[in-house]
Amino acid sequence: MIQAILVFNNHGKPRLVRFYQRFPEEIQQQIVRETFHLVLKRDDNICNFLEGGSLIGGSDYKLIYRHYATLYFVFCVDSSESELGILDLIQVFVETLDKCFENVCELDLIFHMDKVHYILQEVVMGGMVLETNMNEIVAQIEAQNRLEKSELLAWGL
Amino acid sequence: MSDIVEKTLTALPGLFLQNQPGGGPAAAKASFSSRLGSLVRGITALTSKHEEEKLIQQELSSLKATVSAPTTTLKMMKECMVRLIYCEMLGYDASFGYIHAIKLAQQGNLLEKRVGYLAVSLFLHESHELLLLLVNTVVKDLQSTNLVEVCMALTVVSQIFPREMIPAVLPLIEDKLQHSKEIIRRKAVLALYKFHLIAPNQVQHIHIKFRKALCDRDVGVMAASLHIYLRMIKENSSGYKDLTGSFVTILKQVVGGKLPVDFNYHILLQVLQKYILLLYLTMILTISAIFIFLSLAILFECVHTVYSIYPKSELLEKAAKCIGKFVLSPKINLKYLGLKALTYVIQQDPTLALQHQMTIIECLDHPDPIIKRETLELLYRITNAQNVTVIVQKMLEYLHQSKEEYVIVNLVGKIADVLVLNTVDTYAPDNAWFIQTMNAVFSVGGDVMHPDIPNNFLRLLAEGFDDETEDQQLRLYAVQSYLTLLDMENVFYPQRFLQVMSWVLGEYSYLLDKETPAEVIAKLYKLLMNDSVSSETKTWLIAAVTKLTPQAHSFDTVERLIHEFTISLDTCMRQHAFELKHLHENVELMKSLLPVDRSCEDLVVDASLSFLDGFVAEGLSQGAAPYKPHHQRQEEKLSQEKVLNFEPYGLSFSSSGFTGRQSPAGISLGSDISGNSAETGLKETNSLKLEGIKKLWGKEGYLPKKESKTGDESGALPVPQESIMENVDQAITKKDQSQVLTQSKEEKEKQLLASSLFVGLGSESTVNLLGKADTVSHKFRRKSKVKEAKSGETTSTHNMTCSSFSSLSNVAYEDDYYLNTLHDRGDKELKTFSLNSELLDSESLTELPLVEKFSNCSLSTPSLFADNSMEIFHPPQSTAASVAKESSLASSFLEETTEYIHSNAMEICNNETISVSSYKIWKDDCLLMVWSVTNKSGLELKSANLEIFPAENFKVTEQPGCCLPVMEAESTKSFQYSVQIEKPFTEEILSGFISYHMMDAHSAQLEFSVNLSLLDFIRPLKISSEDFGKLWLSFANDVKQNVKMSESQAALPFALKTLQQKLRLHIIEIIGNEGLLACQLLPSIPCLLHCRVYADVLALWFRSSCSTLPDYLLYQCQKVMEGS
Repeated sequence: MIQAILVFNNHGKPRLVRFYQRFPEEIQQQIVRETFHLVLKRDDNICNFLEGGSLIGGSDYKLIYRHYATLYFVFCVDSSESELGILDLIQVFVETLDKCFENVCELDLIFHMDKVHYILQEVVMGGMVLETNMNEIVAQIEAQNRLEKSELLAWGL
Repeated sequence: MSDIVEKTLTALPGLFLQNQPGGGPAAAKASFSSRLGSLVRGITALTSKHEEEKLIQQELSSLKATVSAPTTTLKMMKECMVRLIYCEMLGYDASFGYIHAIKLAQQGNLLEKRVGYLAVSLFLHESHELLLLLVNTVVKDLQSTNLVEVCMALTVVSQIFPREMIPAVLPLIEDKLQHSKEIIRRKAVLALYKFHLIAPNQVQHIHIKFRKALCDRDVGVMAASLHIYLRMIKENSSGYKDLTGSFVTILKQVVGGKLPVDFNYHILLQVLQKYILLLYLTMILTISAIFIFLSLAILFECVHTVYSIYPKSELLEKAAKCIGKFVLSPKINLKYLGLKALTYVIQQDPTLALQHQMTIIECLDHPDPIIKRETLELLYRITNAQNVTVIVQKMLEYLHQSKEEYVIVNLVGKIADVLVLNTVDTYAPDNAWFIQTMNAVFSVGGDVMHPDIPNNFLRLLAEGFDDETEDQQLRLYAVQSYLTLLDMENVFYPQRFLQVMSWVLGEYSYLLDKETPAEVIAKLYKLLMNDSVSSETKTWLIAAVTKLTPQAHSFDTVERLIHEFTISLDTCMRQHAFELKHLHENVELMKSLLPVDRSCEDLVVDASLSFLDGFVAEGLSQGAAPYKPHHQRQEEKLSQEKVLNFEPYGLSFSSSGFTGRQSPAGISLGSDISGNSAETGLKETNSLKLEGIKKLWGKEGYLPKKESKTGDESGALPVPQESIMENVDQAITKKDQSQVLTQSKEEKEKQLLASSLFVGLGSESTVNLLGKADTVSHKFRRKSKVKEAKSGETTSTHNMTCSSFSSLSNVAYEDDYYLNTLHDRGDKELKTFSLNSELLDSESLTELPLVEKFSNCSLSTPSLFADNSMEIFHPPQSTAASVAKESSLASSFLEETTEYIHSNAMEICNNETISVSSYKIWKDDCLLMVWSVTNKSGLELKSANLEIFPAENFKVTEQPGCCLPVMEAESTKSFQYSVQIEKPFTEEILSGFISYHMMDAHSAQLEFSVNLSLLDFIRPLKISSEDFGKLWLSFANDVKQNVKMSESQAALPFALKTLQQKLRLHIIEIIGNEGLLACQLLPSIPCLLHCRVYADVLALWFRSSCSTLPDYLLYQCQKVMEGS
């Protein structure tokens, strides 16, 4: 199961924080900070896996991350998830973002935080992977967008 | 500025509502989104955390005003929510907005609802009280025809949903499993999985629907359902064997390329890992030809699977090749996984490490600390006497670089493990190296390390190895090295290290030639005066000084120390200082009290406190009441209560009858004893008392205490009368230590087994990793001191109590026996027949005659004892030997145990020598499991023994006569265990093994397991309607549920009859369309059921004193009603 999905930039500013397991507010912030420090220390050309340490749940947990330009995408998962699988999932998630925002950049994530969450909801639901096919995810998001447009039209009339 | 914007905003809603065309909405939208924009920009522009805080607080207060203003429209609220989410993400409290988020989800249109739901799922958690407000909205949205709404509701349900409200939405979500849209089905399956995680007993009845989901035509739905199966199979691997076929089909399709390579298949593999599937794995391993990223993930799982199932050489070969590919891959991630896999398999196949030794060495110097750590982990697994220095050196290097506490704890543990803990033969090649490495470990690991490490190290020093001179050298070296370490100025050592040092110095300083004890004391004194030393360490230090004092010749320092600390503010230190002071006055006594090098000799302790006898006698003569142990006083109180209890319904009649018979004797015995303790001999007293206890309690819970008493007793016997008063408190602490020692000795024994396996692996294949062929043999060999005498004594007392117990119970048993055999013999055939079929379908009791008989016979014969037949069964001679042995076996059971309802014998495991059948007897007060072992071979078996693995939900008690010294050829013997339930459950597995010796002395083991259902522990409860009323009001836990009935069973009497027959509920009364039923869960947890029928709906209402029982019973009821 996925315990948490964290996205932060090179300076450690959180851009997306989603926990699937309940932690108190302060602990969440602490987890984000410590994860950032763990990940920051690592070069780009070394492996993408980290053992979670004492942060979330101890040795049964692992951090799997990817670094894209200014953003780090970190998934914290338990031992039942496959490392390579999650690595691929991050790629799928980022590609989907790219498709939905047309050349996604950090600013998109900031200003359309809610949309990013909706996309994530179509990929991971309650800590379980829901869909890994990018086209399916995009189709779901587009259906929602159409809805939004029709709503706006209704207002405009 | 922001104020002005605020005002314009609050003025805007009017415009919105009138739907006026023009700039209104657009301007509003622009201003809102730019609010978030400006907020973000503002934050990024700031430099300090403090300024950010100020800005956000400002933002939050303006948001607070906006959201609580009545004029704020939902549309504006939506924008506010996004900003609130942003603030909350940055770690600021926005709890004032929670209720508004819920409101938005309740009232908004689709888009606003979406934001509302998102905000709720981000803000709240499962047990948040506001969440209850959301339940209605979710229910409404689940029923909506709009797909998007349904999706949103399902998403929010799977993220957060209060556990106690699950019944409200459960049927709706179940319906969604049949929805035409895949995405809805998929989400519904995941939501149900989530429910399964938080409240497993609520979703038990939909397992069949999960099966449908597994066979869904949509891949996603199927993949989603795998989560559930992984979980359930982990809990109960034998229950889903029938699904293996489906799993294999799926896997075949994946391999055949018919299904897209999807993410979730690794779960499938984990599922399959539980079963043996050699065939298809070979197929998957060939996927390696296609080097796609995801197939690699699956490949990796395959390798895992190959090594976790029964090893088969050709598969292992292929897996090894795959691991090779991973390890040699230039991609760092794959290398990591390769190392991981290697670590995993290394114990089974150390030669694989040899193949990749160069890669491993490369990885050891890899810039990535994670890879390095993984490599060390790998090395740790292949450590042996030859490579230990190199490996430990590498580990220490890593340790010095690393700063993270987690890493330190982990690695220190491993090094210590290699050196001290795990092995009997430590790998350490020589003394100096060993001590120095341990010094390094202690100074780096310091206070974060596991407390076992210093303890084990000290134990190793104290107990020593076979060679006495070697031991002395080791100790001497340790003492010397510590003295040098203490000589260094301005170095701070961790407290644990100081404690180790002070103990070693205290014990072994006498080995020194040149330095006198007084000098050592001076050093310790210097440490004692150091402020950075914790008070716990100071007590260690002062203990060391105390030990050294008798050996010293000049006492200046000691006197100074006494002077210093008798006025210390720390009471503990003061106490020690005073002790030292008084002992110091009598050096001769001190010498005898603190002998040199006696740390691991067992102290003889007068645990009976016989020196207090005079004092006790005096007290008694002055009219004081004799002492009664705590449990005895409680028992007396209880039995008094029992006498006064006139309640007609004997919920726990069996146990009260039990104590009623036994306790008077026990009590009188006990009180006699304590009264006479001054006069009577020690041993006699204790053994008498033991029997008293056994009879009173007769449960396993009490045994450990008894054992420890026996242990003390054996130690206490040879106490010399001069056992000194002053010695007492010290002696007691020492006694504790020695107990700890003996306890951990058992652990050590286990570790010994594990390590001997490990060592065997390493040496046999000569893993000479780094080419350094050190020829050092294992110098250190621990002495194994097994206290056989002690354990022997314990078992003998145990046996004695058992036999006396059984002889008592025999009398009562025989009376019942005759009554019952008469009563039941007529129905024997029918009963066993029906039970036979029931066992096949072990989930429920489906046969009608069975339960009727059950209520007839078992309730009319309340038996007091759990053991009804202690004789050994012999198969009747008349049966033809060639015909299936089981049948003869079963018939022999019948003759012996017909007074209770029982199941037919079922063979659960066999091999060429023995076969084991099991068989349940549903007694009034417990479930009796009988395992009958048939010796099929022509040889005699020795010491056949049956053991049951401890299970958390059960308490299994061995019935007497379970260990058989000899088993003749072709004979059948049975083992009986009474099973008590500790905690309700639906279905659990009880497993164990049978071990025996053949004549030619080779021993064998055979494992088995049996399914137990809750129904095995349910018995009817016969009470009157009035009692029902009273009990009903007194129970707090209730559960209500409506169950639909089919046409055929729509009448109440019929439904109740079903419940009575299948669940063993007792029908108390039927009043109109209502019915009252009662039952009890053994030993005596009552549960009441109130039923009411409307049209075709049966409303069930359970109440019980146990909080979980109603849930489980409800589930059983549902199953029964659906099934019929």
